[in-house]
Amino acid sequence: MQTREIVVPTSSISMLRKPDPLADTRMTVSMGPQHPSTHGVLRLELVLDGETVIKAIPDIGYLHTGMEKTMEKEKWQQVVTITCRMDYLNSMGNDLGYCLAVEKLMGVEVPERAKVIRVLLTELNRIASHLVWFGTHAMDIGAMTGFFYAFTHREKILDIFECATGARFHQSYFVIGGARYDVPDNFIPLVKEFLDGFPPFLEECKRLVTGNKIFQHRTKGVGVISKEDAIDWALSGPTIRGSGVNWDIRKTEPYSGYETYDFDVPVYDDGDVWSRYLVRMDEFHESWKICNQALERLKQPGGSVKSDHPKLKLPERDLMKQHIDVMIHHFLLASEGFTVPVGEVYQSIESARGEIAYYVVSDGAERPYRVRVRTPSYVNLSALPAMVEGSLIADVVAVIGSIDIVLGDVDR
Amino acid sequence: MSESIEQTQTHSSRYADASLVRTKFADTIEEIIEAIGEITLVAKREGLVELMMFLRDEPSLKFNYLSDIGGVDLGEFASPRFAVAYQLYSLTHNHRLRVKVFLEEDDANLPTMWNIWKASNWLEREIYDMFGVNFEGHPDQRRILMPADYEGHPLRKDFPIKGY
Repeated sequence: MQTREIVVPTSSISMLRKPDPLADTRMTVSMGPQHPSTHGVLRLELVLDGETVIKAIPDIGYLHTGMEKTMEKEKWQQVVTITCRMDYLNSMGNDLGYCLAVEKLMGVEVPERAKVIRVLLTELNRIASHLVWFGTHAMDIGAMTGFFYAFTHREKILDIFECATGARFHQSYFVIGGARYDVPDNFIPLVKEFLDGFPPFLEECKRLVTGNKIFQHRTKGVGVISKEDAIDWALSGPTIRGSGVNWDIRKTEPYSGYETYDFDVPVYDDGDVWSRYLVRMDEFHESWKICNQALERLKQPGGSVKSDHPKLKLPERDLMKQHIDVMIHHFLLASEGFTVPVGEVYQSIESARGEIAYYVVSDGAERPYRVRVRTPSYVNLSALPAMVEGSLIADVVAVIGSIDIVLGDVDR
Repeated sequence: MSESIEQTQTHSSRYADASLVRTKFADTIEEIIEAIGEITLVAKREGLVELMMFLRDEPSLKFNYLSDIGGVDLGEFASPRFAVAYQLYSLTHNHRLRVKVFLEEDDANLPTMWNIWKASNWLEREIYDMFGVNFEGHPDQRRILMPADYEGHPLRKDFPIKGY
């Protein structure tokens, strides 16, 4: 037996065989689209070296339903039923942006009471959206308990929406020219009850997660994006404010009377997941402050919630029974809708996720010629590779949570 | 037009003074339109990159933030057929500007803005996907929302709303 002579050192085995596929330490992993931490149907193609992410390629479009195309065939006032379904966690803000854009195009001024209602409900929706973020973000990292606390309180906000609008998620409550109808009598006590109970709950959340050492280790210094890069990638909302850019559209280009409310814009400089977490936790408090001020204003009695513009307001019933022209006006408004002057407008507002903007083009017809929506999640997600490349695979989950994407908002 | 005066007062978006670029880029800029308090700079494709570079770097304009790129199909038989609107914003000066380029259907090409604003990456991919406008020099021009093997460009006006 000559076996001893064919024993070779293990280091040279690869020279004797074909190239070993396992010898290349890189591995491609397809994360999603059904992964719970991708918050919907996001697929990430991750090229890994061990546990380090070399390259990340987001693959989106699983939820694409052609909403921009559908908007072209709906009438002006029907489009709000689509906008609120894009970013389903922040539907009030989406409706508001679209309504403001068309109002700007038509030159319509919204009554003061409608503005207050808009601000109050949009800020409540911001709190609700941040609560979902808080629960799911903490759960992605492993802090399970926060989720249940957050969703309990979100439920209360949804009850408020149901009271005011009749729907919990897709309210379509804001219409061009104001709000669809005034809030009911039991609305104000309901909001007051929620707002009174909110600060103690917020403290509880902070004790539960913010002070958690494991959570801090998982988030500090993770997914860093510098101030310059954040601007270059056009990040917006809490994501850019976590990188030290003090930019909030409610302050810089105020709409719906935001300039009359007293609130601060939280900014943190480190650009990591932890900074973005702190920004949103502070925004809870700022939104709560705005809600309180708006509620005080809402207690003042009366006033219309819809513009008197003849194209937007349906005529009175009594007048319809007396005048044929009023009857015709009502019939045309209800059946054909109204027209909007020729022009184009770009209106951006601060949603819970960042700058949501509507580029509306009108050709003078009763339907929009083109509605282009700049959604914050789409643009923020495009910077994800810049944030995660070079970090560990477990951090990818933390980073996705920290930019708070909603896939309905990304894919539209 | 008392309406339009009222509009500029009630909506507080600030729009930049674009007169600075009118003489400097006389060959590129076709016209400057001011409507509803917004300023649109209609530009040609030739010299667009230099114009954008100037808009970003000039200290008194400083458009360092590319807010959005939106495409519009002007109709199946229109000439030019496409409009691409760049929405610029300046975080330094808090003002906005829209730069609009018109394109013919048989020559729907634009230079990429990837070297000026990184945010243009996905925004340009979406326009390529939805309208079939080609961005020369784009680092990764693939479909983004539609599947890779999809045929047609959904946001064109001749694309049926039900799909093919």
